[in-house]
Amino acid sequence: MFASFIECQHMPVSLTSSKVIYDALKECDIRLVSALPETWLVHLIRLADDDPEVILVRLAKEEEGVGISAGAHFAGVKSAMLMQNHGFLASINGIVSFAHLYKIPLLMLISYRGSFGERDPWQTQGGNVTEPLLRALGIPYSFLDSVDTVKKRIQQAQTLSESSLQPVALLLTRDLMWEE
Amino acid sequence: MLRLDCLRSIHSELENSLVVTIMGAVAAELQSLGHRPNFFYLQHAMGLASSTGLGLAMCLPEQRVIVIDGDGSLLMNLGSLSTMARYRPKKLTHVVFDNESLLSVGGFPTATSTGTDLEGIARAAGIPQVSTVHSLETFQAAVSNALRENELTTIIAKVDAKGPAAYVTNLSLLENRFQFRRHIQSLKRV
Repeated sequence: MFASFIECQHMPVSLTSSKVIYDALKECDIRLVSALPETWLVHLIRLADDDPEVILVRLAKEEEGVGISAGAHFAGVKSAMLMQNHGFLASINGIVSFAHLYKIPLLMLISYRGSFGERDPWQTQGGNVTEPLLRALGIPYSFLDSVDTVKKRIQQAQTLSESSLQPVALLLTRDLMWEE
Repeated sequence: MLRLDCLRSIHSELENSLVVTIMGAVAAELQSLGHRPNFFYLQHAMGLASSTGLGLAMCLPEQRVIVIDGDGSLLMNLGSLSTMARYRPKKLTHVVFDNESLLSVGGFPTATSTGTDLEGIARAAGIPQVSTVHSLETFQAAVSNALRENELTTIIAKVDAKGPAAYVTNLSLLENRFQFRRHIQSLKRV
């Protein structure tokens, strides 16, 4: 576990972009973040962990985050979910049979692994199906691909999620998250 | 021990808590005893009632939260026990009705019927207070005690695999959901 933590330190995940994303979430009054670690999310999770104004819930599996965010919504607390696209795949029943069925707003930040530039063979199949599944589920989605537009897009995604009472997804792209 | 009798024995004590239940017999029986605006019935998404209760409890640490779970639902999300144990909200009580059966879909036996020990799993996950009860008296005492104490508690209640004649009630899912949230917001304004 310690070894993998050290390894992450040397991975070129963009701290700058992570901070821009995190600051945008804070400006949207996000007070709870659920997360399951993956490489691209390490800085975001650390920022949430170090922030006394934010409740970080570290999950065993991403679908739990649907229930956690629903509880937060009932409590009047705005939340965001940090997950890999494979975590989105693992959450689909919760999204359909809780968030859609009960009209629960979810702000889902999904790292878009397995797309152009992916070197890890094990990520590639999930990359193929991420957007088709978002479309099949009728989940509005957009991309976080440039620091210039991150803030506005996160605000817009949250606004739509809250007004429509439904899950909205933002795909974190390699262009934004990876520096090499 | 019948789940309906258990629910009846604690119904009056649920008044000042936020209650999140699973689908099926638990939801139908609790409604038959009298719905309240502080009850939310998760009529699908098996496994996520405990996660919902955890989210509520972490956002509203002063508020009593009770999750009424079942063996089939909990077995679908055993990781939830580890997440609850990780954050240990002091006023969260987790009741699990274990009838060793997926009753509402025809009574197929779950793994607790062949020896899976939910009390042992909850304890090993790190839930600080865990017990198993087999009688109405011990059930009522365990729940009453948990609602007075300030420690995350899981209570496994072994009940008969018997349920109501029908599962669909006349409370719409969305009506329940909006009423529940409004109720919580009204508490916050007091």
